[in-house]
Amino acid sequence: MSTALLKADKLTCERDDRLLFSGLSFELFSGEVLQLEGPNGAGKTTLLRILGGLFSTFEGVVNWKGQDVRQCYSEFQQELLFIGHKSSVKATLTPLENLRFLIGLQQSVKEGALWQALECVGLAGYEHVLCRNLSAGQKRRVALARLYLSDAKIWVLDEIFTAIDKKGVAQLEALLVEKAQSGVAIVLTTHHELAMPGVRQLRLGQVSE
Amino acid sequence: MSRRNHSEQGLLSVLGVVLKREFLSAYRSRQELANPLVFFIIVIVLFPLGVSPEPVFLSKAAAGLVWVAALLATMLSLDRLFQSDYDDGSLEQLVLCAQPLYLIVLIKSLIHWSLTGLPLIMLSPFLATMLHLEAQHLPVLMLTLLMGTPVISLIGGIGAALTVSLRSGGILISLLVLPLTIPVLIFGTGTVQSSIDGLSVAGHFSIMGMMLALALTLSPFAIAAALKISVSD
Amino acid sequence: MNWTWFYKLGSPKWFYETANKLLPWFLWIGVLMLVIGTVWGLVFAPEDYQQGNSFRIIYLHVPSAILAQSCYMMMAVAAIISLVWKMKLADMFIASAAPIGAAFTFLALFTGAVWGKPTWGTWWVWDARLTAMLVLLFLYFGVIALKSALENIDLASRASAILVLVGVVNIPIIKYSVEWWNTLHQPATFTLTEKPAMPPEMWMPLLVMVLGMYCFFTAVALMRMKNEILLRERRTKWVKTIISEDIKR
Repeated sequence: MSTALLKADKLTCERDDRLLFSGLSFELFSGEVLQLEGPNGAGKTTLLRILGGLFSTFEGVVNWKGQDVRQCYSEFQQELLFIGHKSSVKATLTPLENLRFLIGLQQSVKEGALWQALECVGLAGYEHVLCRNLSAGQKRRVALARLYLSDAKIWVLDEIFTAIDKKGVAQLEALLVEKAQSGVAIVLTTHHELAMPGVRQLRLGQVSE
Repeated sequence: MSRRNHSEQGLLSVLGVVLKREFLSAYRSRQELANPLVFFIIVIVLFPLGVSPEPVFLSKAAAGLVWVAALLATMLSLDRLFQSDYDDGSLEQLVLCAQPLYLIVLIKSLIHWSLTGLPLIMLSPFLATMLHLEAQHLPVLMLTLLMGTPVISLIGGIGAALTVSLRSGGILISLLVLPLTIPVLIFGTGTVQSSIDGLSVAGHFSIMGMMLALALTLSPFAIAAALKISVSD
Repeated sequence: MNWTWFYKLGSPKWFYETANKLLPWFLWIGVLMLVIGTVWGLVFAPEDYQQGNSFRIIYLHVPSAILAQSCYMMMAVAAIISLVWKMKLADMFIASAAPIGAAFTFLALFTGAVWGKPTWGTWWVWDARLTAMLVLLFLYFGVIALKSALENIDLASRASAILVLVGVVNIPIIKYSVEWWNTLHQPATFTLTEKPAMPPEMWMPLLVMVLGMYCFFTAVALMRMKNEILLRERRTKWVKTIISEDIKR
């Protein structure tokens, strides 16, 4: 069995006087989809941010390919796609411009690929509409268009199905399955009932005081 | 063999992407760009109105007034540097980018300066003339502003980065940053004063150059560290 | 080299217990020295031939100025420790010391102004040292304001540590530029009485006052840190024990 892509070792985190999790350890392998589950406030977003390297007030170690993430953070960043709560979409720019920026921070893509990705998320025809004139769901989909373009090896996704309709959800799930099959490791949180096969679940919010 | 098997995005391309977005975003809200400039003008106009329109007083105070007004106008404009990126979540993506954050930050700060500081500098000779500063000293004034306003933008960037997760805006930034900009103010106005007194200004400019060099090399690191902290929540 | 002593230093519980033991000493020695120094300086030290009795304010002004500056230096060291070793106590020190430092700075400014009236004929004068002290006061206010504005403790501690360090890098630049500015605008400079030129009868009470103020600063800082520790560690067992014992009494 290959070594885990991402390994969390005895993570303990306390926020706002609450112990979110203690001694949490788990592994994430290439091609796996891991869903973090738990009630609101259980620490799912915090854990995702710890894995993404954004939040650093915790005890324990996160290992990337066997090495402490903090030692090899820039290599990790090159392989990471992190989509957080906020849409990262600027209202004064068009979907095309926003997507060009967001994906351009990580990899170079051809113009045509941008158009295709926007079409995949159902924004064909809206490429040149200012994002302030789009609905919340449409703005979210601009950020999600990255999923169709990214060749990052590990995806950390926080509530990506919010404000997406049923058809969109099914499409995204299909994409996630496809990507997992090609070796991408995915960690996500969502309130939706996932219909994808082979999703491993990790339950948070069971720390006893 | 390349360690990564996908199309790499080099440093220059990333900086280029950031640059394009900054200018594009500024262009789309171009009416907001005028605000610091109008504020600059209003503050300067307040002094003859509030104190005295006597040429004797104004010409002595001109350099200082222009400088203080530039300082305040820049402070107010610093909000724009990171706030909207923080609010829509793109700041997080910049922090997550594999390229060094301090370089991205340097680019953002310089673009911000080119859109606020640079127009201030262009306006300054007109306003200084209204304050009866003699024409021969205008180039000196403009050059001190040219070397000083980037320093203000950069030090101000530190304050902006530390407070971006709050909605306190310009006031807290100013409280944190204005004391730190006092040396630039002193040397900026002192240089013009030397010119008025007919003394050599070369030494003063070299000190301003030193401050600019220090600000360019050190502040991006402080700003990057502050952004990482502000975004972590 | 065995670094355990260093890490032990970082334990809030150990610090709290040690602070409890040391506090009475610092407090009473400090108060004693301040009383002795004040009386000695105000009553017994000889008159200055130039300024008469008004120079005596130096016994308050100089020590508070010294404390104001070294407090910021201590905060800078604590900021480095807080950022590099992530020691909570270092951040608690910054939170505790900043208001004390600000108070000392204000005292220095106030006594400086009071000194100014009989000496220079005016309540405030833009002397290089006073102006630099004023800027130092602003730096303190900035740290205090930032700390109180950021609610998340971790965010607040790291952000204020960065601000303290940015300030400390600027302090020599600020001092140099203010002195330079002062020479531009005040050709008739006057110097504060240089310590070596003072006879022992004059500078000894000053020394006593300086040491007394350091002890007093330490005592107040320890008191504030104890409170900060109790507040931040309130969910640990040892703090809960202390609080419940206090309630029983």
